[in-house]
Amino acid sequence: MRSDRFKKNASDALADPQLQEALEGVRHNFVGARARAAENLSSFEDLRDNARDIKDHVLDHLDLYLEHFEKKVTAQGGHVHWAATAADARQAVLDICRKHDAKTATKGKSMISEEIELNDFLEENGIEPIETDLGEYIIQLREEAPSHIIAPAVHISMEQVREDFRKHHSHLPEDRPMSDPRSLLLEARGILRDKFLSADIGITGANFLVAETGTSVIVTNEGNGDLTQTLPRVHVVLASIEKIVPNLEDMSQILRVLARSATGQEMSVYTTLSSGPRRQDDLDGPEEYHVILLDNGRSSMLGTEFQEMLRCIRCGACMNHCPVYHAVGGHAYGWVYPGPMGSVLTPSLTGIEHSSDLPNASTFCGRCEQVCPVRIPLPKLLRHWREKEFEKHLSPSSHRYNLRLWAFLAKRPRLYRLATSIARSGMRLMSFGSGHIKFLPLAGAWIKHREMPVPESGGFFAQYARRGLGS
Amino acid sequence: MKEKPVVGLFVTCLVDLFRPSVGFAALKLLEDAGCKVQVPMAQTCCGQPAWNSGDRADTADLACQVIKAFEGFDYVVAPSGSCAGMLKKHYPEVFQQDPSWRERASEFSAKVYELTSFLSDVMNVTRVEADTEADLTYHDSCAGLRELGISAQPRKLLASMPGVSCREMKDCETCCGFGGTFSVKYSEISNSIVSTKTENIRSTGASMLVAGDLGCLLNMAGKLKREGSDIEVRHVAEVLAGMTDNPAIGASGNTKRNS
Repeated sequence: MRSDRFKKNASDALADPQLQEALEGVRHNFVGARARAAENLSSFEDLRDNARDIKDHVLDHLDLYLEHFEKKVTAQGGHVHWAATAADARQAVLDICRKHDAKTATKGKSMISEEIELNDFLEENGIEPIETDLGEYIIQLREEAPSHIIAPAVHISMEQVREDFRKHHSHLPEDRPMSDPRSLLLEARGILRDKFLSADIGITGANFLVAETGTSVIVTNEGNGDLTQTLPRVHVVLASIEKIVPNLEDMSQILRVLARSATGQEMSVYTTLSSGPRRQDDLDGPEEYHVILLDNGRSSMLGTEFQEMLRCIRCGACMNHCPVYHAVGGHAYGWVYPGPMGSVLTPSLTGIEHSSDLPNASTFCGRCEQVCPVRIPLPKLLRHWREKEFEKHLSPSSHRYNLRLWAFLAKRPRLYRLATSIARSGMRLMSFGSGHIKFLPLAGAWIKHREMPVPESGGFFAQYARRGLGS
Repeated sequence: MKEKPVVGLFVTCLVDLFRPSVGFAALKLLEDAGCKVQVPMAQTCCGQPAWNSGDRADTADLACQVIKAFEGFDYVVAPSGSCAGMLKKHYPEVFQQDPSWRERASEFSAKVYELTSFLSDVMNVTRVEADTEADLTYHDSCAGLRELGISAQPRKLLASMPGVSCREMKDCETCCGFGGTFSVKYSEISNSIVSTKTENIRSTGASMLVAGDLGCLLNMAGKLKREGSDIEVRHVAEVLAGMTDNPAIGASGNTKRNS
């Protein structure tokens, strides 16, 4: 958790040429792909409304659907574990591993696993976690956190991957082909194939939990999730409570906006549904099926101004379209969830005291809300956090003082005009006859990077009044 | 003959402070379109700096001040998508929990327009007669674009001018990195965003940058100047009104246009 160092992190990120080059890809690839996908489906906007309505309905009846889901999973021979905190969820995973004397666990991509810091915990307890999503695999080798919720290694260049593979796959011939992405992909695939076959436990996340059928659903592009959950003896699903949808029909509706918003695909390559352990006539599948339902602060968002954030389906569109994310990347945000959705969610789950920069580091350009498939009003929610900070006196005192002074004047038009005319004259004086101001108190940060244009002489109202027009 | 609609001009604090000529350009455009325009003196700022800093109490005070000053008009027009967005979209939110002002705020908000959308959509202006010569590129300011749907209106009006040609820049709908206090609180990030923007502006080869919001214009003009660019930066109202004889934003006082 390094969200309290956002400014420093951002500064480092801006000075990292390799990262800046990688972010160039985010700026262009995701944005264009999503725009084309949205354009190619005439009902896309209606589907977004439906997706929003489905999630709103679920959030209003969350207890009901969660209980139904549990009943259904249990009836199908699976087990549901309720985890109020990250520690509870980690412990639940460990207990299952211990019960089966597990040494290794393969993992499909799961942001909940990142949120509860499962990998470190498993390692501390002698269990080897193996990430099988290619991006997650790469960052696991590098001992880094994901920088994007759907493209965890988006900050890494191919050259870096090549170096990492040379270092970590030292048993492979030195002169093997590594020049193109495909050869690197095949190399990772070869290594992971053995891990899949020997893993004791398979851990996946969930994009949806379907209440009516007791089903957990994952969408992937690599098929690694399927191998993770079908090959080992035990399948453990990590999911947060707001992932629930009433039925398969609702799931299909949301699926239609999910991949389009995320990568611009109509559908992800694999959509995999799991509804319990292997049945008698099944050819494959795990012997045991567990679902760990994580709360970790979410239920306390219900009924508050932040409830709408729980509609989030983790597509990443908000960060893909965010100018701030484009500038600094995901690691700057300091926790699992970057970009606009993270700047709302992180304070909700970890406390605004530790992440006070996040809601402020936004230009309120509104592009996140424009593309959010479930229409979360992200700027509005960020503003709510700013209100909380203002109420709790968490914003810097200098900023509060300036704001109070400005508001005092702005409420008194005559005094305000006097003050602005003095300010205008001062600024004109400080321009020394040029088009811009050389020095200005409070504007040092502006002037460091750009000129401050000099005001025209005489304010609007003074000129207007001189023309004898004032009303 | 139908009576002229009476428009209250919301000047905006940045226009008053930095560039009154934008206010007079707006005044001219509205009068040319057949409006009777008045400028209430009891206006300062829409309250957006307080609203975006989480200061609801000061926001509400300033919103009351604006509503009281402007509620007698047929329309309220501002030469800014950001301030018009505040008046139109956010004032009702400000008073959501206040039954005594909620309805008054909604009635007020319904009458608010940004300048180019008012000219196009309400006054049905399809042509402006000014003889400005400009080879320009247009930046879509975020609030105007996403809160008020302003995109086609300024372009259509500009295109109606015989002397004006417009070259679209790459990512014209991407934020310029201004964001009010964001530009000083997170100045390094803001600088990175505006640098991408000015690169896109310069790549068009246009000799003028036009947009509808003074905040964004000050930011982009400041960056272009720092980069040594001589691209002229102007508010869309100045161009439409043919009032381009004064120095462009950030240009020094003694270099006039075409001189």
